[in-house]
Amino acid sequence: MLDSLYLYSHYLSISIRSQMQYQTSFILLLVGSFLSTGLEFVGVIVLLNRFHHLQNWNLPEVALFYAIVNISFSLCDMTMGSFVGFPNLLKTGEFDRFLLRPRSALLQLMTQQLTLNRLGRLLLGFAVLLWTGLTLHLVWSPAKILFTGLTILGGASFFLGLIILQATLSFWTIESLEILSIVTYGGVETAQYPLTIYQPWFRRFFTFVIPLAGVSYYPILVILERSDPLGSSAIAQYLSPSIGFLFLWICLKIWQFGLRHYRSSGS
Amino acid sequence: MSPYIAIVSARIRTLLQYRIAALAGMLTQLFWGLIRTMLFTALYSSSSVTQPLTYGQAVDYIWLGQAMFAVTMLTIDQDFQEMVRTGTVAYELLRPIDLYGLWYCRAISKRISLIVLRSLPIFLIALLLLDLHPPSSLAACGAWAIATLGALVLTSAISTLGSITLLWTIAGNGINQLLNVAVLIFSGIIVPLPFFPDWLQPLLNFLPFRDLLDAPLRFYIGQMPPESILILAAHQLAWILGLIILGRLMLAAGLRRLVIQGG
Repeated sequence: MLDSLYLYSHYLSISIRSQMQYQTSFILLLVGSFLSTGLEFVGVIVLLNRFHHLQNWNLPEVALFYAIVNISFSLCDMTMGSFVGFPNLLKTGEFDRFLLRPRSALLQLMTQQLTLNRLGRLLLGFAVLLWTGLTLHLVWSPAKILFTGLTILGGASFFLGLIILQATLSFWTIESLEILSIVTYGGVETAQYPLTIYQPWFRRFFTFVIPLAGVSYYPILVILERSDPLGSSAIAQYLSPSIGFLFLWICLKIWQFGLRHYRSSGS
Repeated sequence: MSPYIAIVSARIRTLLQYRIAALAGMLTQLFWGLIRTMLFTALYSSSSVTQPLTYGQAVDYIWLGQAMFAVTMLTIDQDFQEMVRTGTVAYELLRPIDLYGLWYCRAISKRISLIVLRSLPIFLIALLLLDLHPPSSLAACGAWAIATLGALVLTSAISTLGSITLLWTIAGNGINQLLNVAVLIFSGIIVPLPFFPDWLQPLLNFLPFRDLLDAPLRFYIGQMPPESILILAAHQLAWILGLIILGRLMLAAGLRRLVIQGG
């Protein structure tokens, strides 16, 4: 375990150094990621400027949903890679080489593509979080800071789980399953607004099938110190971020199952 | 003219092969449209402030926007980027054909194939199964069709310009990403333009980006009278000519200092 952590940090430092070689490109991409994530937020501001509120939520409250999910997702996206090329590794048989190395295949995959230029999304998320805290006069007690941190980590674990799940399915299909990207990126989009605005079937899907609400909507109620219009209990809200870690654990089990049944395509 | 027609038709036939990828893209757009319409339902149902669009118009705007999303969005031509990176772009220079015309043909072929593979299915699904209404009148429909044609020509000019900037930076994504940010926000994809603050409207009306999506849609939903198609067409034409001239100048400048990488 410690050994893996060391190896991971080594990969990370190599990746930072190599991306810094193309400085202009790095900075442009960073600005680009900041702006393109920011666009969505500009959209939220523009709409709430016209409508004044979204159901019972005002702009800073909606902004908190935006901030938390974007921080969670960018943490996962930047530091764990996106497994984008994985189906290709399977198709070409390249993946077999990963299996021969004396380290876990997952660790090697995670460190394949660290896209630190997505830092823009993270920075924007923190900026919005800060602004929200100041505007709503949230009291950041140590307990609340800890809870917010756990929520973010739970969210990052949730997204990592989704990405691993998508990769695992490729063991059988040898194709990239874009459908699951819809759940990943669509999930980020969905969690940018309070769950109450969606239709019941949609809410249920993102609570019970894909437990996204557990790492966004429910813990954010705790952070905002608001009661739930949907009527969930306080205990459930406090416990909800743990669903992210549980989801990751389940996805890891599925990954191990898939790995055991992996047959090289042989090409 | 005939070599261009041959290029466009060959290219379209190639691009139409990618149907599975188109299916995934289509589902993404439908999902996005679903989230957006639910968002607007919530916004309209909880607010009594008078809005620039009615709820029905806003929903139509969203679905038409999702249908045209792939066509409007500026994507780097992957094949072209690869050509610049590997140096095979040199072959392009050898072809006995005007280079700008050739690249423009590539761009417009891509967009025509996207209309067939993405826009039409999403439009039909939204119209037949979801809550998209038919055009407000026959005249509105005609104006919408003409404006969309103008948008197609204009978006290809912007995209060709984006490709030409790749001659300067090999990585190249940076500038195109920034250009894309402008397209996304000022065309009305992220938020329908009528919702933007009133003081910003003159700027939005001046920029070419609204001609890509917002202006055609406003004819469809009946927010702009069909007669004003003439004004819009003039606006589109002015930008098309301007961007083509700019593109040609940049291409000429780029070729003067072109160093072929690789070999």
